[in-house]
Amino acid sequence: MTSLGLSKRATVVDNTIRASAGDRVFMVINYVLLTIILLIVLYPLVYTLSASLSDPSAVITGKVVLFPVDFSLRSYEKIFNYPSIINGMLNSLFYTVVGSSVSIVLTFLAAYPLTRKDLPGRRFFTILFFFPLLFSGGLIPFYLVTRDLGLVNTRWALIIPTALSVWNLIITISYLRSSIPEELWEAAQIDGCSDIGYLMKIILPLSKSLVAVLFLVYAVAQWNQYFFSLIFQTNPDLAPLQIVLRNILILNKIDLGMIADVQRLADQQALQEQLKFSSIVVASIPVLMLYPFVQRYFVQGLTIGAIKG
Amino acid sequence: MGVMRSSETVQPAISVRSATANRGSLSHLLLQIRRRWQLYLLLALPIAYIITFAYIPMIGAQIAFRDYTVAGGVWGSEWVGFAHFERFFNSYQFTRLITNTISLGIYLLAVGFPIPIILALSLHQVQALWFKKLVQMVTYAPHFISTVVMVGLILQMLNPRFGILAQLTTALNLPQANAMSRPELYQSIYVWTDIWQHMGFSAIIYLAALTNIDPALHEAAVVDGASRFQRIRHIDIPGIMPIATMLLILNFGNFINIGFEKVLLLQNPVNTSVSEILDTYVYKIGLASPTLDFSYATAIGLFKGVIAFLMVVVANYAVKKMGQESLW
Repeated sequence: MTSLGLSKRATVVDNTIRASAGDRVFMVINYVLLTIILLIVLYPLVYTLSASLSDPSAVITGKVVLFPVDFSLRSYEKIFNYPSIINGMLNSLFYTVVGSSVSIVLTFLAAYPLTRKDLPGRRFFTILFFFPLLFSGGLIPFYLVTRDLGLVNTRWALIIPTALSVWNLIITISYLRSSIPEELWEAAQIDGCSDIGYLMKIILPLSKSLVAVLFLVYAVAQWNQYFFSLIFQTNPDLAPLQIVLRNILILNKIDLGMIADVQRLADQQALQEQLKFSSIVVASIPVLMLYPFVQRYFVQGLTIGAIKG
Repeated sequence: MGVMRSSETVQPAISVRSATANRGSLSHLLLQIRRRWQLYLLLALPIAYIITFAYIPMIGAQIAFRDYTVAGGVWGSEWVGFAHFERFFNSYQFTRLITNTISLGIYLLAVGFPIPIILALSLHQVQALWFKKLVQMVTYAPHFISTVVMVGLILQMLNPRFGILAQLTTALNLPQANAMSRPELYQSIYVWTDIWQHMGFSAIIYLAALTNIDPALHEAAVVDGASRFQRIRHIDIPGIMPIATMLLILNFGNFINIGFEKVLLLQNPVNTSVSEILDTYVYKIGLASPTLDFSYATAIGLFKGVIAFLMVVVANYAVKKMGQESLW
């Protein structure tokens, strides 16, 4: 109903008073500008996909311009037979699932009490959590704490030290404040509901979309993370996908002997370059596939966190 | 508390009552704390986390004033005062690191701030909903690409043999160039690929602000014969001004904290003279060199941390002065 009314209103504005020539020129320029932006953003993505689906020699000789040349799935076959990529994917899956779950629990544990006005010392605890946004001890002391806790070279190194994001805490607090009325707590309290019971029975069931947003934010950050593995883990068995990708894409460290029986140097180089494109696709697809489904939630969550009240 | 104490001394007539109220409020507070024990139980784990990984490192930053040794640790190593800071200020790296950090930060802010606003204003004018959705969906997508993949993509696109740049220069009969081996291009590559990756996502907040503008304003302007451009200038831009000012000032306070993971990944031996910033230098000295100099690296990190802190405080003060909602 409302959307119908709104669109009707919009047409009234745009059609009954006929657009002037200047406005029409303006709109044409606007569409052209946006189309250019669209193409600039889209082209590298399409090119990467096409290159990964082409024949290696076509890629390296620059024959791929827009569409795949000599369509071939060989590089994907190779990628999925490359042990460190498979290992990296499994590790990243573990870090993403476990890490995001730990993070969400921790975020709610902090956010819920901080939204309760009857918590003695609420202001103190709020400052305690927010001050680290303004000042931090720096990378080295952070590293030393993690090292002294014995987390270096364990899987936990990628989960515990970065478990709570204060930005996500802010999003969560503003969501809870704006979407769950305080009267609910008063009513629940009269019914004899405990503080923890209120969190479990009222807050959590009412914040499903928030949990989805938090999972997405934490999961994307965890899946894309490489730096903390770089400083905390030297054991390649623990390496997440991004570290494996860094070796392939940026350091040019790829062991073709494990996956291909290519003798000629030129073929080797061609395959190596093409594997870069297919590994880019393979690493980005899980995140990009997830995103259209949750885009709505994501945008909502972001604007909730950003615009206070 | 302070108010109560002053009322006790200034007005003795009601001092008895306020004293009992004071005692009452104290026991009331204790009762409140006892009643809310479950909330403290919930808070215990996050507090343990934040103390361990945020506050203990702040205390640990004291090694910037010590000569850290493995045997001495954070508390037992010898005090050296400001020696590490002096060493840094006098080193040949100092000016270079500061220049690189500031110029990259300002470049990024100068380009990265207006473009999402222009994109949002432009998208807001689009009437064809499918087109608007398409542009939004495509421009948001790169935001989710990881830094490693992004840098890999940049290197492939700029590859002198087959990348887009090479194809373009061949088509136009221009001389071939390896962009990554030209230090003078480093900052532009960093900034413009950052725009490519994040402009759509950064536009979200402005689009949200634009949809919150009262449509009656636009209707009235149309009736008065305002052109689209005039409506953007006099309705849309003032409408997003509050949020834009706040973001600009906060970004300004934050601009020393450049996304250093990307800076690090885009580095190569040819471009370090422009690509070395404070953060990457701290990492290299402290964690990636054969002789790990924890104290020196911490001193440089602390120097940066203090500057960043002061800038955020000043920026927030400015936001407050302008009558906007501030951070605290």
